[in-house]
Amino acid sequence: MELNNVALPLDIAITTKLDEAIGWARESSLWPMIFGTACCAIEFMSVAASKYDISRFGAEVVRFSPRQADLLIVAGTITYKQGPILKQIYEQMSEPKWVVSMGACACSGGFYDNYTTMQGIDEIIPVDLYVGGCPPRPEALLDALLRLQKDLRTNKYNPDRHKDFKSKLDNV
Amino acid sequence: MSEILTVPHAKLHAFIQNKYADGFIYLLDITAIDYSEYIKNQEEEFALVYIIRHQNFKEHIVIKTYLNTLLSDSVSYLFKGANWLEREVFDQYGIVFKNHPNLRRILNHKEFVGHPLRKSYPITKGQFLYETDDLMDEMNNRLLSKDVVCKLESGNFSECNKDLMFLNLGPSHPASHGTIRTYVALDGETIECAVSEIGYLHRGFEKSCENHTYNQIVPYTDRLNYCSAISNNIAFVKTVEDMLGVEISKRAQAIRVMLLELSRIEDHVVCLAAVLVDMGGLTNYWYMYNPREDIYDLLSKLTGARLTNSYMRVGGMTNDLYEGFEDDLKEVIKKVQYGVQETLSLIKHNRIFHERTQNVGVISAEDALSYAMTGPNLRACGVTFDMRKDAPYYGYEKYAFDVVVGSVGDVYDRVMVRFGEIDESIKIIEQVMQNLPEGEVNIQDASITLPKKEAVYTTIEGAMNQFKLVFEGVKVPMGEHYGSIEATNGELGFFIVSDGSGTPYKVKVKAPSFTAMSAYPEMIEGAQLADAILTLGSLNIIAGEMDR
Ligand code: SF4
Repeated sequence: MELNNVALPLDIAITTKLDEAIGWARESSLWPMIFGTACCAIEFMSVAASKYDISRFGAEVVRFSPRQADLLIVAGTITYKQGPILKQIYEQMSEPKWVVSMGACACSGGFYDNYTTMQGIDEIIPVDLYVGGCPPRPEALLDALLRLQKDLRTNKYNPDRHKDFKSKLDNV
Repeated sequence: MSEILTVPHAKLHAFIQNKYADGFIYLLDITAIDYSEYIKNQEEEFALVYIIRHQNFKEHIVIKTYLNTLLSDSVSYLFKGANWLEREVFDQYGIVFKNHPNLRRILNHKEFVGHPLRKSYPITKGQFLYETDDLMDEMNNRLLSKDVVCKLESGNFSECNKDLMFLNLGPSHPASHGTIRTYVALDGETIECAVSEIGYLHRGFEKSCENHTYNQIVPYTDRLNYCSAISNNIAFVKTVEDMLGVEISKRAQAIRVMLLELSRIEDHVVCLAAVLVDMGGLTNYWYMYNPREDIYDLLSKLTGARLTNSYMRVGGMTNDLYEGFEDDLKEVIKKVQYGVQETLSLIKHNRIFHERTQNVGVISAEDALSYAMTGPNLRACGVTFDMRKDAPYYGYEKYAFDVVVGSVGDVYDRVMVRFGEIDESIKIIEQVMQNLPEGEVNIQDASITLPKKEAVYTTIEGAMNQFKLVFEGVKVPMGEHYGSIEATNGELGFFIVSDGSGTPYKVKVKAPSFTAMSAYPEMIEGAQLADAILTLGSLNIIAGEMDR
């Protein structure tokens, strides 16, 4: 849908699929909530600063309140102690929401294969995109963001996609 | 190797008190050793270790005592900092301290069973936490001790004469700088009581060390204070080199000094940018953060990584400086100076800045010493302790530079000391670069550093040498040693126990952020909520280093 340079008469109607219109709108209005815990969060600071500048991609309205955000970026090591908090934050976000796991630690525990580190956040919350690296370069996170936007535009994300997800913290 | 003063447990307290009277008042660390798998039989299975520095800051002692029961007396009445240190020993080793005011887990979560640093605890045995601690019992005790609440006969608590509101700051909070949680009892905007919970980023560094060779640990050290990775690398490998009894080449020493100072700049820049954002000065963030990007570019050209450099190795470093490094460095320094100047011009005469920082978050020199605060946080109180002057290494005594100190110990002093230190670091870097010695960066010792690549590919000795070093690690002589340097946040030390193999038997980090954080609850009690945020920012708590 290229609406930019077209002079539209006021009484025209455009037909499109509702899904597509919504996808187009969502694409550039992502509000990230950054759940930064460790070194990767420092790289996120770079992504937000002027050199890499996440606002070029329309996702700079960083919210620290989960209730106002629709994109959760988990940047850093998640320990078992942190688990219930991450899960709560995720649950506090309203639908539709997406989750990006940034860095080896969030994806798989990274090189902390030990008694305190959760071996990937997908043990407790569903993840849509994984970004590898320890830490990932800022470009890698931007790449994930662009991927997500593209997928939103094309409506790749089924709202029911995590229906069968079972969090390990639900076992009690 | 450090000289270890072994004291019978019965005499330990009298000994520490005597030493205290002699001026050993600055408690660096308390830790324990589980000797159950040590090849040389020790008297008992567990030992406690106290590392204490003299008030002249030049010497330190390491006291060791064997325990026949897992019980000892607390020293928290002598040193305020002992409170958290003993909790950590209790948490990790299960040693109980009698008369401790608040003996509970600190790094591991409340549902955790067992003591992970015991040799019998398997490293990969994780335990899920299902519900976060509400901290209410700790809070009630604290409120009780300050007479803010009274205990009713029913065992419940009642608020005596105040209408308190309880609030969690963190662990997921924009101003909590990562993962720190502070639970406060508010009377209006005033904090009546505060308790902090840490350990949210406890990643098992110390246990992981026991399973890796010395050089494999270097990448783990990167992630302690991830704002200045190289200084952690240096602190660690220097301790190992001390144990090996080797001295690195003059050129390597000079490069390390230069990189230590560059790391200091890198770290201070982030800290200052963050404090100013906490205060609402977002513009400063761009001015301070951009030069940091330039430092990143320089470091990735040199080491291959922006943040987690892993540049140091036992006996030297991975590679020498590249051609043209000096010019790049000069450019970077110019940009840093520009960023600092611009920021200072925005805040130096800014009334909001002054009123929000002066006399806010004050800690007295006496308390700071008792909590064993260190680095810029301690110097802001007017204490001139700087390892670079008091116990110089790598030829720091040759360089002309000043120790920047404050006078009040408030947020303003902590911020300004960091600004001052950036200037001093630049001075040191310039002096180093003017007289950079020529020569190799690695010591030439086949049992410590890897052979040259040509030798590995063309000779059988070279190949064998490489193979043995990589697989078995550098063999460090048996012994126990505490070594430290002045890292960006202050004295960063490692206490290493070696059993003679290529893998350390035990590693303990003396982390500057840990001690600074233990002082934080007391610092913010009585303050306004908004000031607590600034105080935390100005202490520059780095969770990776604090929680390890
Ligand atoms: S992935 Fe690497 S850089 Fe990121 S939090 Fe984990 S250890 Fe730190």
